[in-house]
Amino acid sequence: MRHLLDTKTLSRDDAIRILDVAEDMRDTQSREVKKLPTLRGKTVVNLFFEDSTRTRISFEAAAKRLSADVINFSAKGSSVSKGESLQDTAQTLQAMGADAVVIRHGASGAPHTLATSGWITAGVVNAGDGTHEHPTQALLDAFTIRKRHFGDASRGRDLAGLRITIVGDVLHSRVARSNVWLLTTLGAEVTLVAPPTLVPQDVSAWPVRILYDLDEAVAAKPDAIMMLRIQLERMNAAYFPTEREYSRRWGLDARRLKALPEGSIVMHPGPMNRGLEISADAADSPQSTVLEQVSNGVSVRMAALYLLLAGERA
Amino acid sequence: MTDYLIRGAQLNGTDAADIVLREGVIAEIGTGLSHAGATVVDADGLIALPGLVDLHTHLREPGYEASETILTGSRAAAAGGFTTVFAMPNTSPVADTAGVVEQELALGEAAGYVQVQPIGAVTVGQKGERLAELGAMASSRARVRVFSDDGFCVFDPLIMRRALEYVKAFDGVVAQHAQDPRLTEGAQMNEGTVSAELGLAGWPAVAEESIIARDVLLAEHVGSRLHVCHLSTAGSVDIIRWAKKRGVNVTAEVTPHHLLLTEDLVRGYDARFKVNPPLRRDEDVQAVREGLADGTIDIVATDHAPHPAENKSCEWQAAANGMVGLESALRVVHAAMIETGLLTWTDVARVMSAAPARIGRLDDAGTALEVGAPASLTLYDPSPVRPFGAGDLHGLSGNSPYLGRELPGDVRWTFFRGAATVSDGVLAETMTAGAHA
Repeated sequence: MRHLLDTKTLSRDDAIRILDVAEDMRDTQSREVKKLPTLRGKTVVNLFFEDSTRTRISFEAAAKRLSADVINFSAKGSSVSKGESLQDTAQTLQAMGADAVVIRHGASGAPHTLATSGWITAGVVNAGDGTHEHPTQALLDAFTIRKRHFGDASRGRDLAGLRITIVGDVLHSRVARSNVWLLTTLGAEVTLVAPPTLVPQDVSAWPVRILYDLDEAVAAKPDAIMMLRIQLERMNAAYFPTEREYSRRWGLDARRLKALPEGSIVMHPGPMNRGLEISADAADSPQSTVLEQVSNGVSVRMAALYLLLAGERA
Repeated sequence: MTDYLIRGAQLNGTDAADIVLREGVIAEIGTGLSHAGATVVDADGLIALPGLVDLHTHLREPGYEASETILTGSRAAAAGGFTTVFAMPNTSPVADTAGVVEQELALGEAAGYVQVQPIGAVTVGQKGERLAELGAMASSRARVRVFSDDGFCVFDPLIMRRALEYVKAFDGVVAQHAQDPRLTEGAQMNEGTVSAELGLAGWPAVAEESIIARDVLLAEHVGSRLHVCHLSTAGSVDIIRWAKKRGVNVTAEVTPHHLLLTEDLVRGYDARFKVNPPLRRDEDVQAVREGLADGTIDIVATDHAPHPAENKSCEWQAAANGMVGLESALRVVHAAMIETGLLTWTDVARVMSAAPARIGRLDDAGTALEVGAPASLTLYDPSPVRPFGAGDLHGLSGNSPYLGRELPGDVRWTFFRGAATVSDGVLAETMTAGAHA
């Protein structure tokens, strides 16, 4: 694997390979000594143009457990107008000998630009770009669903026939986009639930069902329901009238939690707005996989870095 | 000045004839002509077109001389077969006074490659709040007749109404950049399936169409002349078609890139394809081609918009809007309109020369290939097909969306008022003042 930029172009076989390597990585994490020597001497740069402590420390933990050297580069406020350009930053990292660059950027497509510009030879991992994609988040979500569903028999399997519902601000969500492509590639049936203002204007090319009514989606008994974080500033741009109305119509509250089948899982990429898109009952219920998602995130990112740096390029 | 005897050029792509250029005018047209002392140009296989007129360019001077100057933009224009270019007023300072437009006119005359005709801003500083001194610009030596806040929409309907009314006093026209600013806040590309996938904020067709609909109704109401810049959607073509049928005095332009390129090119996040209005769907490209073919759209104008490399070699969202287009325009129109059989070369002469000059009220530009007319013409070889390359660009900026793309044709000669600005494919190093004597 040369880069990991999106899930749109990830094949089923490549996705399953990443998930299976993540299974191996996860197994090593239950050992007393968690650290593997695999990427000794390799340098991984976490290049974060946006604050995201969670994602950064997850990648940092993943790289360190594979014995890579990690450099954290916080370059908040990019663009031509605000100081150093992406090109100059990239060329600086190239001169320092980065083997992989994990990039988080507010502009959609910035990882793609970095990977295809010729500024840098390092492998590029997209750690979230604007409102485009967040592929490792989708991979850890798929890993979590597969693990909950198939347990120790997960390896080699896809998600064929599983029904997954994603609820919230689809329009601005890179997590939603990456999950739509990955989960459907893996054979799942995906339903999106959102206020009509928060669905892209034309999703006719997306292999999903769109609903505006969360109760209808819950009544369809999904195997997993994924709640997206809602940004409060959306209210000011007339996407929805009030927090209260959003929460009532599109929040996972105690009543809707109860209406879910016993085996369904409740997911959230974090950080959660408790009481808004997800109630405390739902977040802390046995069905909730919120913390599993966090620990699986490290395994999935170890797999991605391993395949990027120790794979066919080694 | 040098006289020329052009042998065997196909006039507007039809019958071959000889053309004698003497003392800056077309002196003779016929067969078997001779002219002692003239430089002979073998134009066998070449198409003679009237010198091209571009109603919409950004020459960046004064203020943004790192992107382009009036001299370098004039050179790019000549290389593309143009002899007249209109310069948009979004300079620094904005061309909203007689002083700035006269300065631009003088710089164009000094450069000597083409006629540079300034466009004046509609509102002070292009802020959309107060009318600029339109009359002063009209009465200045620059004789401004086209007014535009291009880059920004004249959004306030009352200001737009007043501007449309006011310019009637000197037979002016308001050239509108139709873009509802509220519907396009943060917009990065056409809104639709591709923007949904790429996670780029959408620039919806309705933001263009709703302004055009409003403006044609305003123009009808006050009996004024309206020009619509760079129309880009199928819906806009329908509205203009409807307005013309009603007798509204409206003209419309389309850019070469909206005739050829689609939003699918955005998928690689290569900012050379970032432009405003954005590249649209294939259905829109087909509709603007049909609109140009049936006369709904009057002209092709480049919206030549140079930007330095650092404003394009960056993440999509941070990149500037715009493409250079002067050097490639005729070849792109050839590919989009001639090769598809939608236009003839006579039509091209109309949409790229005569009609834009009439909209801009220039009497000595866009004239037909006739005896007595100014000797401004271009000789175009339609036969070669080769990739458009950096060597084809003659301005200061390289932000062409066609680099590496196969395009037909080649501009071999350009004559501006009798002087060769391009000779057998080679751009003149300088145009001395004597050329105008």
